[in-house]
Amino acid sequence: MSALMPMSRDKPSTTTDRQSTWRDRIFSGFSHLSAASVLLILTAILISLVAGAWPSIREFGFGFLTSSEWNPVTQHYGAVVSIFGTLMTSFIAMLIGIPVSFGIALFITELCPNWFKRPLGIAIELLAAVPSIIYGMWGLFVFAPLFADHVQPWVTDHLGGWPLIGALFQGPPLGIGMFTAGMILSIMVIPFMAAVMRDIFDVVPAVLKESAYGVGATTWEVTRHVILPYTKVGVVGGIMLGLGRAMGETMAVTFVIGNANNISSSLFMPGNTISSAIANQFTEADGVLYTSSLIELGLILFFVSFIVLSLSKLMLMRLAAGEGKHT
Amino acid sequence: MNYNTYTGTIGFNTFQDTLMDSADTPETVHAKVGEKMMKIEIRDLNFYYGRFHALHNISMGIRKNRITAFIGPSGCGKSTLLRCLNRVYDLYPRQRAVGEIIMDGRNILDRKEKLDLLRARVGMVFQKPTPFPMSVYDNIAFGVRLYERLSAAEMDARVEWALRKAAIWAEVKDKLRQSGMALSGGQQQRLCIARAIAIKPEVLLLDEPASALDPISTLKIEELLDELRNDYTIAIVTHNLQQAGRVADYTAFMYLGGLIEYADNETMFTNPADKRTNDYITGRFG
Amino acid sequence: MNNQLYKRRHVVNVVNMTVSVATTMFGLFWLAWLLWTLFFYGFEHVHWQVFTEATPPPGGQGGLANAIAGSLLLITVAMLIGTPIGVMAGTYLAEYGRYSRIAGVIRFINDVLLSAPSIILGVFVFEMVVVRMGHFSGWAGALALALIALPVMVRTTEDMMRLVPDGLREAAAALGAPRWKVISHVVFRAARSGILTGILLSVARISGETAPLLFTALNNQFWSSSLNKPIANLPVVIFQFAMSPYDDWQHLAWAGALIITLGILVLNIIARVFLRPQERN
Repeated sequence: MSALMPMSRDKPSTTTDRQSTWRDRIFSGFSHLSAASVLLILTAILISLVAGAWPSIREFGFGFLTSSEWNPVTQHYGAVVSIFGTLMTSFIAMLIGIPVSFGIALFITELCPNWFKRPLGIAIELLAAVPSIIYGMWGLFVFAPLFADHVQPWVTDHLGGWPLIGALFQGPPLGIGMFTAGMILSIMVIPFMAAVMRDIFDVVPAVLKESAYGVGATTWEVTRHVILPYTKVGVVGGIMLGLGRAMGETMAVTFVIGNANNISSSLFMPGNTISSAIANQFTEADGVLYTSSLIELGLILFFVSFIVLSLSKLMLMRLAAGEGKHT
Repeated sequence: MNYNTYTGTIGFNTFQDTLMDSADTPETVHAKVGEKMMKIEIRDLNFYYGRFHALHNISMGIRKNRITAFIGPSGCGKSTLLRCLNRVYDLYPRQRAVGEIIMDGRNILDRKEKLDLLRARVGMVFQKPTPFPMSVYDNIAFGVRLYERLSAAEMDARVEWALRKAAIWAEVKDKLRQSGMALSGGQQQRLCIARAIAIKPEVLLLDEPASALDPISTLKIEELLDELRNDYTIAIVTHNLQQAGRVADYTAFMYLGGLIEYADNETMFTNPADKRTNDYITGRFG
Repeated sequence: MNNQLYKRRHVVNVVNMTVSVATTMFGLFWLAWLLWTLFFYGFEHVHWQVFTEATPPPGGQGGLANAIAGSLLLITVAMLIGTPIGVMAGTYLAEYGRYSRIAGVIRFINDVLLSAPSIILGVFVFEMVVVRMGHFSGWAGALALALIALPVMVRTTEDMMRLVPDGLREAAAALGAPRWKVISHVVFRAARSGILTGILLSVARISGETAPLLFTALNNQFWSSSLNKPIANLPVVIFQFAMSPYDDWQHLAWAGALIITLGILVLNIIARVFLRPQERN
């Protein structure tokens, strides 16, 4: 026997045996419970929204979705104005935001000189972290006045007379309104969507792109024929994620939408979105029906954004799973 | 392979310390074997990854205080077999073992077996070095603290002992408080060996411990195994035939999930009974 | 013929690349202008009183100290509530529930909640807490913020824990460590810088949130350290002051906006400095 330590094989502390099982159970239980709480929260939100909206649902039924009236005096409420506003501002935001974020993502992944890639990417991510209230304030104090003084009169004068689209550009140069809100929203959504799209474009394996470049394809051709087909599903998912965010945005929009219960064909007129209506009116809503109608608006928003976000998640999951299989 | 053919075809009689003589019957062999000589007895072990049948009716005994090597081509099941011995496969729900593995009179495949205690008696070193994200000292102390209450001085002594046994004390004695992940690959693996030894297991399982290491580190590990030989029951999986030849006392050759041949090294490497064993050892296939 | 085709492709490429550069500059232009305005107006109106005096009545002089303190308190309480639950839920997804289908459902729901409109969470907490308690309170505000931070913590924790190689878990289990010790002593430790990053990013996220506080914590003109009553907080103060017609209030709003933005940017930068080395390992 060499100079080894005496082999004491007795394993002391049998107490650790029982204690361990008990501690194991508590730890595992806490973990399971916390995970369950995620489901619980969702269910609770749904239930409480429905419960809170119930007086309004009972009073107006489906008419709520078709009425454009919003009158605290006569206690008649309808969601059309707010829904229209939400959809319109989101649409404008997407119209401007999608091409711009796409262009930025393309720039970062394909065109950008290497030394600039990291800083630019980080800058975009940092910008995505800026809170929405900043965008709202900037919109109200900087963008709106300039827009009202310099851009709006020009547009109304020159395009307002045109046959079809002229109707979009009517109204006094207020600066605030549907278009401004959509514009501010788009600026807010751009860094977020650009970052998501850049991540999606990064999924494409370098070898694939190199093979395409290797046969002499131009950058645009590689983008159109290799990157886009590969990430098609993901890009749509990313767009829907941006849409979901845009629809739920409150602060960026509330400052510049005008808080007017008004639908108009003109983009320059004020209006309301669901979230700005709730933000502006909730604390002053007196009476059960008023509050309940606002909550019903919230319920509608919750449903719609839940559907949009779920679709986006499904698509992003499909991108991750079947990468490049469907071209 | 049932037990009778196993005793018949494997050259027990060539062992230096003969296990049995011509007067022995299978029953007396079994008694001798079960009681003192064999640390672990595997009976009709079958293993499944989901639906895939990975191990077929393995029956063998692992000799106490000796080194047993498992060789065979990739995918033959040698690592799978090793991982049954400390039931580490239990971490994955789709893997299961059927059969019996008797250690010290108890079937460790039994559902009621306390895995934590089993693993404190059966240590394992993996192919890839896995230092914990802690200091070198804490890496060693972690396992010890699970089951023993030692004073600071006792713990220091234990850590030093383990690091000395693993032939790494000189290199790390000034770095005990540094992160274990800051060591080189070879040092990390010896750290993992020290960590496994520190809890003083009865059995040591090594799954290709040197395959990711340079030749010098490999040599150090083989020297280490030589030193540990008489006090531990060691089972080592290796794809390096020369290593099996250098280090082990007995070698088991596996192929496609079955145990083809199991003998002492001299027989195995000079005069194997099965043609497949011969082909593998001479390099006709790998 | 070949030449024509080549030229056309070339032109198409140049046009599209120019568009890409143009849109990048368009986007960056607005964002740069915004930040410039913020810094310009903000720095102009940040003075040391902002950090020492409480919010003034309209037309008066004052600062944002009580709002800053209130926000810090709300954020701390929100993280105290949200972090343990978030980390443990992420632990479930990465460890216990790794192969289960219901874990997939929970992950899905969590990601949806991550991007859900924050104003809805405010309404939810209003219904659950404010109505029950009968008054607005700091507790309600902290709870609303915790609900926003929770999905972020769950996601980051799961992602970071999944990066820890299984070999480490097996090695710890092979020493005889019980499951909870494998997770808490080894996996958490290996993932700790990632989880810390998650905490920083959650704090950055909730410190700018206004909507959920609008009808939970409300606002308070004075110093208040009691969470049982409405409590002053920076985002709502900024909202109120910015929408008001008073110059002094608007100046304070810009100052507050700058403070919040700088805080968030600093947190994000710190998180990146922590996170990058982890990814390289």
